[in-house]
Amino acid sequence: MPAALDPSDAFTGFAHPERLVTTQWLADNLGTDGLVVVESDEDVLLYETGHIPGAVKIDWHTDLNDPVTRDYVDGAGFAKLLGSKGISRDTTVVIYGDKNNWWAAYALWVFTLFGHSDVRLLDGGRAKWEAEGREYTTDVPTPAAAEYPVVERDDSKIRAYKDDVLAALGTSPLVDVRSPEEYVGDRTTAPAYPEEGALRAGHIPTAANVPWARAVAEDGSFKKVDELNAIYRDEVGLKDGDSVIAYCRIGERSSHTWFVLTHLLGLEGVRNYDGSWTEWGSAVRVPIVKGADRGEFAAR
Amino acid sequence: MTAAPSSAPLPAALVDIRDEFLALEVRDRLQLLLEFSNSLPDLPERYANHPDLLERVEECQSPVFIFVEVDDDDVAHVFVTAPREAPTTRGFASILAQGLKDLTVAEILAVPSDYPLTLGLTEAVSPLRIRGMMGLLGRIQRQVTEKKHAA
Repeated sequence: MPAALDPSDAFTGFAHPERLVTTQWLADNLGTDGLVVVESDEDVLLYETGHIPGAVKIDWHTDLNDPVTRDYVDGAGFAKLLGSKGISRDTTVVIYGDKNNWWAAYALWVFTLFGHSDVRLLDGGRAKWEAEGREYTTDVPTPAAAEYPVVERDDSKIRAYKDDVLAALGTSPLVDVRSPEEYVGDRTTAPAYPEEGALRAGHIPTAANVPWARAVAEDGSFKKVDELNAIYRDEVGLKDGDSVIAYCRIGERSSHTWFVLTHLLGLEGVRNYDGSWTEWGSAVRVPIVKGADRGEFAAR
Repeated sequence: MTAAPSSAPLPAALVDIRDEFLALEVRDRLQLLLEFSNSLPDLPERYANHPDLLERVEECQSPVFIFVEVDDDDVAHVFVTAPREAPTTRGFASILAQGLKDLTVAEILAVPSDYPLTLGLTEAVSPLRIRGMMGLLGRIQRQVTEKKHAA
C-alpha cells in the first residue's frame, strides 16, 4: 500500500505534487510500512558518512548502469537490485541526495523507465535535511529481501536516443541544461568536472540553454511554480503539447530538468537524451552550433 | 636529474596501501577509503590561511586543492585539501598525501600514473570516479617537476 501523500502547501500549483515530500513529512513518516527511503549521491561515499535513518543506498553508476554496455541495467538487474533493498513493486520510494537532488532525480528517472509507480523526491535533498539539523546515522539497514518482479524497461516514452534528437531538430524544442561555458563551446565538461571524452564543443542546433540549477531555490528546494513558469514557459517558450527533449553531458543534470518539466510544470512527453553531449559531441557529422545563439537547423 | 624508469619499485607506503585495499572484499574497500577520507591531514597553517597558494584540481568532481614543496634535500611535501561533503575525493587525496609522504622528487615522479587503478577500487567507485584520482596524481607530479626546476 502506498504511503500517504504530503499535503504541504509548499507544492501548490505543481502538476504532480504527489512526486514530492517535504523534510518534515519524511521525518514524520520514517519507518512507515510500505515506505523505503533511498539515498543517491554523486559522491559514492557520502552515504557512508551519515544518512537519514533507515535509508538504503543506490549508486547511479555502480548500481543503475550496466557495467559493460553504455545502458541501464535490464529488468532482471533492476528486480535484483530493488529486491535486495527491500523494495516491492507497490513500495513508496522517496529518493534524496547531494547536489540539489541531481543524482536523486536521475535515479527517479531510471525508476520511471521501469514503471515504478510511486517514486518521489525529498524536496531540498540532503542539503535541506542537514541545514535543518535533522538526524543522520551511519547504521546501514539490512532490509529483508523483497520480491520485485522482472519488468522490462520502457525506453519509448521518457528516453530519447541520438536518432530521436536528429528527427526532432527543427520540430521539437530542445533544452540544453549544461553550464553556459559548455553551451557556447568553451569547454566540453562541467566546470571542475573530469573530462568525459567529447571530441567537439558547442550545443545541438536550436537548443535553449537553461542550466538545470535555475530550477532550484536558495535552500535547495524547487522554486515555486510561478518562478518555474517564468523561466521555462515565458523565457524559453516551452508550451503544453511540445515534445521537449532535455540533455546535458551524460543525462544526469537533464533528469533534474525532466522532473521539473514533467512533474512540476505538467508538460507531457518530455524525454531525457541520456547520450547527451558525450555522445553528440563525439558523433560523426551531427550538426553543432558554437556560441550563445541557439542556431538554426539546416537540413543537409 | 632524471625521473627513475617506470620499472622502479613502488614506494613502500604505496605498496602497503594497495595491499591493504586488495586484502578486502570490494564493499569493505569503500569503508577503508572512508577511513582514509577521515584521516586526511590538515593543511599546515601557512596554507590554511592562504587558499590562493593552492592549485585547483580540475579533474576531481569537488573542489580539491594541492600544493607541493620541495626542500633542500630534494624531499617533496604534498599538501592536499578537499571538503568533508566530498568524502570520495578526500579519500583519494588522503591516499596520495600519505602514500607520497617524505618521498624524494625522483621517487614521486617514478610512481606510475595508473597506480590508482591498482587499488581494486574501480569496481567499487566506478572508472569515472577513479579518473579523478589519476588527475590528482598527475597534478602532484607536475607540480613536483615545476618545483624541482625552480629549486
